[in-house]
Amino acid sequence: MVEVSSTIHPDGQSVELLLNMGPQHPSTHGVFRMVLWIDGEKILGVEPHIGYLHRGSEKICEGEQYHQIITLFDRLDYVANFNNELVYCQAVEKLMGLTVPERAEYVRVILCELNRIASHLLYVGTIGLDAGAMTPTMFAFRGRERVQALFEAVSGARMMHNYFRIGGLKEDLPDNFEQMIRELLPLLAEDIEESDKIITFNEIFISRTKDVGVISAEEAIDYGLTGPCLRGCGYEYDVRKAEPYSVYDRFDFEVPVGLDGDCWDRHWVRVQEMYQSMHIIEQALEQMPEGPVTSSLGRRLIRPPAGEVYVRAENPRGEIGVYLVSQGTDKPYRLKVRPPSFCNLSALKRLLKDAWVADSVVILGSLDIVLGEVDR
Amino acid sequence: MPSVGRLIVPEEVWPVLNSVKGLMITLASTVKGLRKPITQQYPTVPTPVKPRFMGFPALTWDDKVPEPFCTGCMVCIRNCPTQCMSATMKDNPAQAEGTSSRRKIIDFFEINLNRCILCGICVEVCNFDAIVMSHEHEMSTYQRNGDRVDLPALLQVGRKYQEKTGWIPPTVLAKQKKDAEDAAQAGQEPAGAVVTEAVVAEPAVAEDKAESD
Repeated sequence: MVEVSSTIHPDGQSVELLLNMGPQHPSTHGVFRMVLWIDGEKILGVEPHIGYLHRGSEKICEGEQYHQIITLFDRLDYVANFNNELVYCQAVEKLMGLTVPERAEYVRVILCELNRIASHLLYVGTIGLDAGAMTPTMFAFRGRERVQALFEAVSGARMMHNYFRIGGLKEDLPDNFEQMIRELLPLLAEDIEESDKIITFNEIFISRTKDVGVISAEEAIDYGLTGPCLRGCGYEYDVRKAEPYSVYDRFDFEVPVGLDGDCWDRHWVRVQEMYQSMHIIEQALEQMPEGPVTSSLGRRLIRPPAGEVYVRAENPRGEIGVYLVSQGTDKPYRLKVRPPSFCNLSALKRLLKDAWVADSVVILGSLDIVLGEVDR
Repeated sequence: MPSVGRLIVPEEVWPVLNSVKGLMITLASTVKGLRKPITQQYPTVPTPVKPRFMGFPALTWDDKVPEPFCTGCMVCIRNCPTQCMSATMKDNPAQAEGTSSRRKIIDFFEINLNRCILCGICVEVCNFDAIVMSHEHEMSTYQRNGDRVDLPALLQVGRKYQEKTGWIPPTVLAKQKKDAEDAAQAGQEPAGAVVTEAVVAEPAVAEDKAESD
């Protein structure tokens, strides 16, 4: 905690004071609280407070059976649900030595990439709000709504899907999926392009974000930043390329990287990632084979052998890791999540040091945190 | 000179250029938006849900007998991640009369919809086609405990769902599908020659089984 005392500055002009921001502040992307120690418009120090959304997910996992835990992973990063389900399912599959049917892998990749687009669209909308623009939110949410309608048709829920299963999927795609996605993709490409055009090279947006919250690649690695926050610094690292999981090694896509590691570069990387995701979806649709999608386990109770496993994957927000310890029972002994948002948030103190108060919201927004994942 | 990504533009031209460009983009989008509104007038005009939509769980009714499908076997209750359900079973009087094949029947069933997270695990584990995820989703109440629904209410919601969607029990559907596939294969085999995709996929499944054992 920062000491609570205000002193008059030697020049008799400005006063150092504490400014509380959050947890109900609309720009904190959830229930996140910052205590800013400011001198005029300059931030001297910041004390982040997390835990307002703590639900004890990791502890609840120890009391749930393996197939029930998928529902908890939906609720970690509640903007990118499919990506979370995927990494958990992969962890259990790795522990059990299961191979997933080919078609199920492709369906997973398609849904995960759609979810990445939906998540980044939400980001584009909220960074617009943070920088003072209202319009991009409307356009971004229109695109996100279209993706969510497809998710509802596929899994039955717009957000908490519970669609991936250990060793496969819940059920095959609906019969009209091909038609639905062929209708969706051109519209979605239009939406992405529009939300990109409307904000990325906007004069005001650039002056709000360029050279704000700069962090070097070395420092970013030291802080454990991953995902677009690290790639924005110019360091080309993507788990999908570095350690391909699922069927990502069969697709041709690029990893966009920024130059300077500021807020605008982080934004630009995310926008470019949406185009790459579209590219991956198109390839996956072409390559997708027919066949079974459900697990070879059938409806048997899942009981992995005793052992431990660590699996990582590329979420929209960065690298998510799941460390799973099994003792051969129907419930995990311990399940630890390495959430990308939490690790990205750790750099906030460094990024906000000596920044302006007005920029604090933009810097926080450019890290793109989801509090469900930070607090777990 | 401001460097923006990979773009370098003279400082004095940049703001003017961009303001005009930004205005054009916004104007174009506005005009486009005027033509076809995207807003849904939700509470006034109800939004149709997709066929697979998972609303609150409900119990189904077997018109043939007639009685609920549910036998109170408790498998959904054991598999529920939030423990939102409770049930008891009783001996089925209809079985003694010989009109039903169900030995046990549901006596008491309650779901606390405030606890339910709409995951659909109960439907997946049910062996008797007794529970469905209905399309009901506007069920808020003013009391904290007002969302506890009992057997008659669940059956009523289930009935509505059955009538609206023309629900066929999943086991019957699976059997129909399997019969159709068998018939198709039996028809194809004498003609021979064509290796179907299902046959190609089979060795992979067998491999999985061996690994998991």
